[in-house]
Amino acid sequence: MSLMGLTAVELGKKIKSKEVSVNEAAEAALDGIKNVDGTINSYVTVLSEEDIKKRAEEVQKGIEKGVYTGPLAGVPVAIKDNMCTEGILTTCSSKILGNFVPTYTAEAVVNLIKAGAVIIGKTNMDEFAMGSTTETSYYGATKNPWNTEHVPGGSSGGSCAAVAAEECSYALGSDTGGSIRQPSSFCGVTGIKPTYGTVSRYGLIAYGSSLDQIGPVAKDVTDCAAILEAIASYDPKDSTSVKREDYNFTSALKDNIKGMRIGLPKEYFGEGLDEEVKAAIFKAVDVLKQKGAEVSEFSLGLVEYAIPAYYVIASAEASSNLARFDGVKYGYRCDNYNGLHNMLKKTRSEGFGAEVKRRIMLGSFVLSSGYYDAYYIKALRTKALIKQEFDKAFENYDVIIAPASPSTAPKLGDSLSDPIKMYLGDIYTISANLAGLPGITVPCGTDSKGLPIGLQMLGNCFEEKKIIQTAYAYEQSREYVHCSICK
Amino acid sequence: MNFFKQGDFYIMANIISDETIEYVGILAKLELSEDEKEQAKKDMGSMLDYIDKLGELDTSGVEPMSHVFPVNNIFREDVVTNGDDSRNILSNAPEEKDGSFVVPKTFD
Repeated sequence: MSLMGLTAVELGKKIKSKEVSVNEAAEAALDGIKNVDGTINSYVTVLSEEDIKKRAEEVQKGIEKGVYTGPLAGVPVAIKDNMCTEGILTTCSSKILGNFVPTYTAEAVVNLIKAGAVIIGKTNMDEFAMGSTTETSYYGATKNPWNTEHVPGGSSGGSCAAVAAEECSYALGSDTGGSIRQPSSFCGVTGIKPTYGTVSRYGLIAYGSSLDQIGPVAKDVTDCAAILEAIASYDPKDSTSVKREDYNFTSALKDNIKGMRIGLPKEYFGEGLDEEVKAAIFKAVDVLKQKGAEVSEFSLGLVEYAIPAYYVIASAEASSNLARFDGVKYGYRCDNYNGLHNMLKKTRSEGFGAEVKRRIMLGSFVLSSGYYDAYYIKALRTKALIKQEFDKAFENYDVIIAPASPSTAPKLGDSLSDPIKMYLGDIYTISANLAGLPGITVPCGTDSKGLPIGLQMLGNCFEEKKIIQTAYAYEQSREYVHCSICK
Repeated sequence: MNFFKQGDFYIMANIISDETIEYVGILAKLELSEDEKEQAKKDMGSMLDYIDKLGELDTSGVEPMSHVFPVNNIFREDVVTNGDDSRNILSNAPEEKDGSFVVPKTFD
């Protein structure tokens, strides 16, 4: 087995004990990329072997001198291509940022570097994180490592595929409407979307600022807790950053959920949910019951309003956030133009892909005079009501269990033809972003096609520990399954 | 755009006119081809039909929630903490001259 078949924490231990050098670990990641990335296309950019080696040597020395003492020191990581990395191309999988080399690094990545991470490359995604399949990337679709005829999910499809295909040890993703949890489910890996404000958004290229959160993608819950502990911080550079009392997420890694109150929202298990996915989730719920969790069903209101509210809010924020891409200070500029306005329009029209334009148009419309109240304000009022529904639910429950997606990974090309159908696939993940809640996805089986099924757990705001503890307890009941491409 | 107002909410039938698409194109600073315009009319119409579902909800008296936690403006002293990075920043410019970004002539 390759060193990339180990979990990040296991690899970190081997590095610490000098059984494996930092450079050997980085080389294993590069070997993984050489073996499969021609097929999978997880990466937009892979750093040069020389740069990786230089960093690996630096970290090796740092470990020996006692500078890097954490569990992730020396472990190779892949970063989603919407996080700025100083001196490293950052494209957001868009043509408009095809030549953009940031002059600073996103705070979450700075935190990883301080923890001794070795960055291997930048991962593919849906353009500007708008999509659920990683097919809207300007740099070609990423394939699902379990079956390359299927999508890896999105928008953090490159990060999740890279972890599953063992082209890195772990990765960072971002989640605006499910973009960590859904592709983690499709790729058979574990991912966390933290409570809004837990991880700094400084240097994360914004899509929907009130919804975006960076989070870890890895092989198991232990890794995810350790990564989250490393990246979470209060950051004055992000005005929505929250100063939390407790960042000790790994202390929740306990195989004990006696008395944990778990709620199953009836509305999440009804029409539209694939029977095999449903069966796998209920099987996982049985494991939790056997371990002493108190499980019951309840009714979560307003579920059907989450997607329309989300698409109004996310598109509105996107139309505003993406106004900065205009070919003036950085990125793509069109060739022939007639005056400033024509240059701006042409640059944007040539630089953005179809899905991004669709959302900018919708966002501009719902914010326009005459429609602002009917759509945008209405969506914000709906968001307040959805938040109240979750507040009520968490009076009775510690953890809410849901599927991560109505089905397993669809085939390439099946989703893009019908945008609304694609948006409906986000039904189980989107509410957590609207309500700011933390969520985790862990693998819980495969369907008859051999594609992974994910189990999602949602917690109340600032209660990551409860979902980490529940997910960890569940995980003890099953082995991690490596996908066949890396065997 | 045809709205049929009834009570407090709008009934579906979002027919997006050429004028609306033109106008949104101006707001969004996007120049769409004829084909793209037709597609955008269809897409936006069906999205709005779907979004109109929100009209079923009685939200009177509900405060719009832009942030899930109470957030306030965060002020800091007006002191420069970052260095002069203009050289690096300009290295990303599509066109630069004398330490400035070059843009097409904006007025005659």
